[in-house]
Amino acid sequence: MKTIVGLEIHVQLATATKLFCGCSTDYRDDGPNTHCCPICLGLPGSLPRLNRKAVEYGLLVAKALDMRVLEESDFARKNYFYPDLAKAYQITQSDRPLAVEGTVEIEDDEGHEKIVRITRVHLEEDPGRLVHVAGASKYSLVDYNRSGIPLLEIVTEPDMRSPQEARRFLNKLRTILEYLGVFDGEREGALRVDANISIEGSARVEVKNISSYKGVEKALTFEATRQRNLLRRGQTVARETRHFMEGRGITTSARGKEEAHDYRYFPDPDLGPIRVADRVAAIDLPELPTARKNRFMAQYGISLNHARTLTGDPRLADFYEHVAPADPILAATWAADILLGELNYRNMSIAAVPADRIRELLALLRAETITDAAGVQVLREMLDACAAGRPCEKPADIVKREGLARATGDDFVAIVQAVIASNPQAVEDYRAGKKGALNFIVGQVMKETRGRADPRELGRIVSECIEKGGV
Amino acid sequence: MAGTLDFSPDDRYNAFITTCSTAPFSGGALAGIAVAVKDNISTAGIETTCGSRILEGYIPPYDAYVVELLRREGAAIVGKTNMDEFGMGSTTETSAFGPTKNPVDPSRVPGGSSGGSAAAVAAGLVPMALGSDTGGSIRCPAAFCGVVGLKPTYGRVSRYGLIAYASSLEQVGPMARTVEDVSRVMSVIARYDPRDATMFDRPYDHRPSADIGGLRVGIPGEYFGEGVDPRVAKKVRDAIGVIEDLGASTVPVSIPGMRYALAAYYVICTAEASSNIARFDGVRYGPAVDTRKSWHEAYQDIRQEKLGPEVRRRVMLGTFALSAGYAGRYYAKALGARQKIRQDFERAFRDVDVIAGPTMPTVAFPLGERTDPVSMYLSDILTAPANLAGIPAISVPCGRVDGLPVGLQLMGRQFEEERIIDAAYAYEQGVKA
Ligand SMILES: [Zn+2]
Repeated sequence: MKTIVGLEIHVQLATATKLFCGCSTDYRDDGPNTHCCPICLGLPGSLPRLNRKAVEYGLLVAKALDMRVLEESDFARKNYFYPDLAKAYQITQSDRPLAVEGTVEIEDDEGHEKIVRITRVHLEEDPGRLVHVAGASKYSLVDYNRSGIPLLEIVTEPDMRSPQEARRFLNKLRTILEYLGVFDGEREGALRVDANISIEGSARVEVKNISSYKGVEKALTFEATRQRNLLRRGQTVARETRHFMEGRGITTSARGKEEAHDYRYFPDPDLGPIRVADRVAAIDLPELPTARKNRFMAQYGISLNHARTLTGDPRLADFYEHVAPADPILAATWAADILLGELNYRNMSIAAVPADRIRELLALLRAETITDAAGVQVLREMLDACAAGRPCEKPADIVKREGLARATGDDFVAIVQAVIASNPQAVEDYRAGKKGALNFIVGQVMKETRGRADPRELGRIVSECIEKGGV
Repeated sequence: MAGTLDFSPDDRYNAFITTCSTAPFSGGALAGIAVAVKDNISTAGIETTCGSRILEGYIPPYDAYVVELLRREGAAIVGKTNMDEFGMGSTTETSAFGPTKNPVDPSRVPGGSSGGSAAAVAAGLVPMALGSDTGGSIRCPAAFCGVVGLKPTYGRVSRYGLIAYASSLEQVGPMARTVEDVSRVMSVIARYDPRDATMFDRPYDHRPSADIGGLRVGIPGEYFGEGVDPRVAKKVRDAIGVIEDLGASTVPVSIPGMRYALAAYYVICTAEASSNIARFDGVRYGPAVDTRKSWHEAYQDIRQEKLGPEVRRRVMLGTFALSAGYAGRYYAKALGARQKIRQDFERAFRDVDVIAGPTMPTVAFPLGERTDPVSMYLSDILTAPANLAGIPAISVPCGRVDGLPVGLQLMGRQFEEERIIDAAYAYEQGVKA
């Protein structure tokens, strides 16, 4: 029994102003109802004026998803009453969206490439937001700051076969949107998902209200299990709309309320049709994730895994290209395997990392001025300084201050001899042929030298000292 | 030159909903001239009700673009005129603030929905006024009250700030006692406004000329047929005769799509209205909803209580016309009929420069006479086609029947207000001479 998943994704486009008025979209740090005007408040007599940039962004996405752009596109009114909907209709697109029939390539659960078909993309305005003040449950407040924020709705065919595939699809889509520069993933609620999920042969359930892309896998996993359990017990799955309760990780029935709507779509008489096909030819696409991944492998000779990781975020890819030239493979290892982990640990963004300093650090590593272990120590000091808002020291200065320069083995003979002297049992074991004993002694020396020596070289010196019978 | 105008009219015909006792003005083409504005056109700081209880107390924070332009040219906005609620009516009787009376005969309706503006001009309270015309709402009261009224080409005057009834049909337009004054107001308000996406950059800059030699006037048989009072038809034919005497020629034309015009008009305007009027829910302005009720209940109750029966009727008709399963049968068909009427006019205008006929099939009828909606809807039969086609049309007084004014309607090609104004001006001057 296959799981069948299709998604409807609402993406807030990162335009400077709203879809139909000049209000700024950047209201994050401002009070409620401070980014409003007669248009986004739907005051009587106001009229919408289309933001050309939003259309351009929508077409950019359409082109990136390899879609067929319509000759002419138009706007429609979706009529329904809700207190956050200022005009009692939402301006959206119905019969003539911007574009139809696209594709996104993802990996399936077996690691093979597969295509998810995109049904359509269209523009629409975000409604306002209801705010429930704690302790005042008798009424709701309405904040219209969000009213009129441009949304791009992206609808897929039911081509995904598991919650994990849905997550990978969303990750891929998000990366593409970030590459196009049309989306700010760090904005709360910038990506919202409605998911359709069914078990092959049974009714389809729509899960609404998934407000983070991480929640999608969770909601779908819950829902797939719920539906399978019903079928296993010989019950049927009801065709319905369910809400995802983010906090509890479950879905609950909307009890048919949502399905009764007749939205009475009709073309918005306030907005004429827009000719879009003509405009799409003039759009230059930036290099997209798949192309960049392939180029990284060819140009820098790095592995598929490194290339995939490094191109997963356009800022990380830019960062890598900045630090790569001297030694692309060393840079890939450090950026993908070490730096990302350290950033994640500190909940830091790659944008906060000074690429020039990392380039200097890589140069020290490449020249074998410091060991890998010392390199990690220097990196951590630099990231801690950045995270705390302190100026980031040059790696060479940190090395000097902390005395982390790689020492040659001969500098450590005294230390090696001291360690050997204080661990007679380990020496015995080594002589008796136990290889682990050598590692133990090297580890002890490493500790004493704070990572400044190359462990392989230390191993050689330790065994020489023991064999010479120095003790 | 700037100052304030004292305005305390004897409003015995109930032409105004709001008057401004002192109205500021500045210098410009209309410096110090009192202008009345229909109450569905937003005026910053002046209550704007659309003739409805549901907007009582609503003071717009901004001026409609046409009002901004009037103020910029020095006009003194002296008040807001009465109208059928949300423009839905042809008599000004559906106003929540009582009917306006016709100054020519106070026992009769002034026409509608811009009846207040027409009456204010006819009674001499103001020389000029703004109305709005969705299916005849400027021309009908102009004809009934014996003044001049122009419905501009769709897209020539900004709708920004005009509280929408049927967005694809309506335009703001001037009303005055003379064609010249209508032309003056038109040259102030017909300015491009990027905020109205349905506008064209076709400003009006014209002084009327009575030289109409060679003008070809189309006479559509449909405008003189069944339902048109023969005495009204006769007056209009006489007027066309005057225009011929001034050097124009007449050509018979036909608008066969006319037979669908009213049905198409009422489906489209009610459909758009059902969406446009939906925002009046008591949440942001107007009388507040009862917050102890659930919002759904509160909306229903306030709309039931504050919207008049004609508005509720049209909202329900329009909601039905757009509903799933019916939209194809009604709304889509109406759009098809509209297209046909548009083409009929385009074809006719290949042979003629203007089309002439009566504005209204009858003269003003007694207050309270047309109580059934269908007979009221029928009175729009000669005006609504111009709205469906988006073409300009003017009504100019052309004599009286039983002492009541008759209007001559002149329609032109899109963006050719200049021609119909010249023809109307020539007629007006010709009669005067
Ligand atoms: Zn706004």
